[in-house]
Amino acid sequence: MRLAILDKGHSFGTKALFAFIRLVTRQPTPEIIKLIGYRPDFFGAYMKKVTHEAMRGSSAWSVGDRELMAALVSRVNACEFCIKAHTAVAVRAYGDEPKVAAVLSDLEAAPISEPLRATLRMLGKLTREQTVGADDMRSVLAAGVPPQQIEDALAVCFAFNTINRLAETFAFAVPGPKAFEAGAKFLLAHGYR
Amino acid sequence: MTDISQQRKALIERVLDGAGTASQSERQVAFENIGLAEPVKALIQKVATQATAVTDRDIAAARASGLTEDQIFEIVICAAVGQSTRQYDSARAALDAAISKE
Repeated sequence: MRLAILDKGHSFGTKALFAFIRLVTRQPTPEIIKLIGYRPDFFGAYMKKVTHEAMRGSSAWSVGDRELMAALVSRVNACEFCIKAHTAVAVRAYGDEPKVAAVLSDLEAAPISEPLRATLRMLGKLTREQTVGADDMRSVLAAGVPPQQIEDALAVCFAFNTINRLAETFAFAVPGPKAFEAGAKFLLAHGYR
Repeated sequence: MTDISQQRKALIERVLDGAGTASQSERQVAFENIGLAEPVKALIQKVATQATAVTDRDIAAARASGLTEDQIFEIVICAAVGQSTRQYDSARAALDAAISKE
């Protein structure tokens, strides 16, 4: 973590909560929790609300689909912490590790529906090029994705393009697979609130 | 349907207009990634367009220019939210254009 305040600058109550989480999970405090827990009245509390609505609000996309979108956006941004975190949640939500791995290694050949593929393709382009045009959206609509579902996907994209940048800028430490397993279990049970 | 419009608006208003250790204008220019002076300019440019390229040295340079860690925390957040906002707005406009000409 590049800023000392994000490592050790939390309020007393937050530090106590972190200690409790470490005790229960037997894992180090995830760096995303340290970021969200630092001066939450400036960023964390607001970001949690955006992310929870995007990832767990009612949508025609399943939780697994949205976690997969988060993993794909993170992959385009080369954010190792977030790729691992959301790959683990998507795998757990779908109960299908090969499908998630296939999407992240070769989207065009992966065994998923065309509407989901077209949506992921558009999110990838938006993340890579910072912009998309009407033709990109027409392709997604033509694949059978209703406008509302495109908006839902854009909400996921907004949340993770924000978080990926912060994770990379502040240099989140990337823990081992067990930590991401614990994180995935928590995020499926409780969401992002 | 998910609807993040309220939550997104609240987030953006908070980081730009609420109380902070960086001035509102410092947060605003970081959000827009326009009109910044070095060395903060280089840091914010990376946050917006290539965050994986940020180095310890970029953060050290921002500190050496007189910014506190809290100020760096705030302007980096503004830069990240700003870039995601431009992406999101571009995509929403593209969707509106695609629907209106369908």
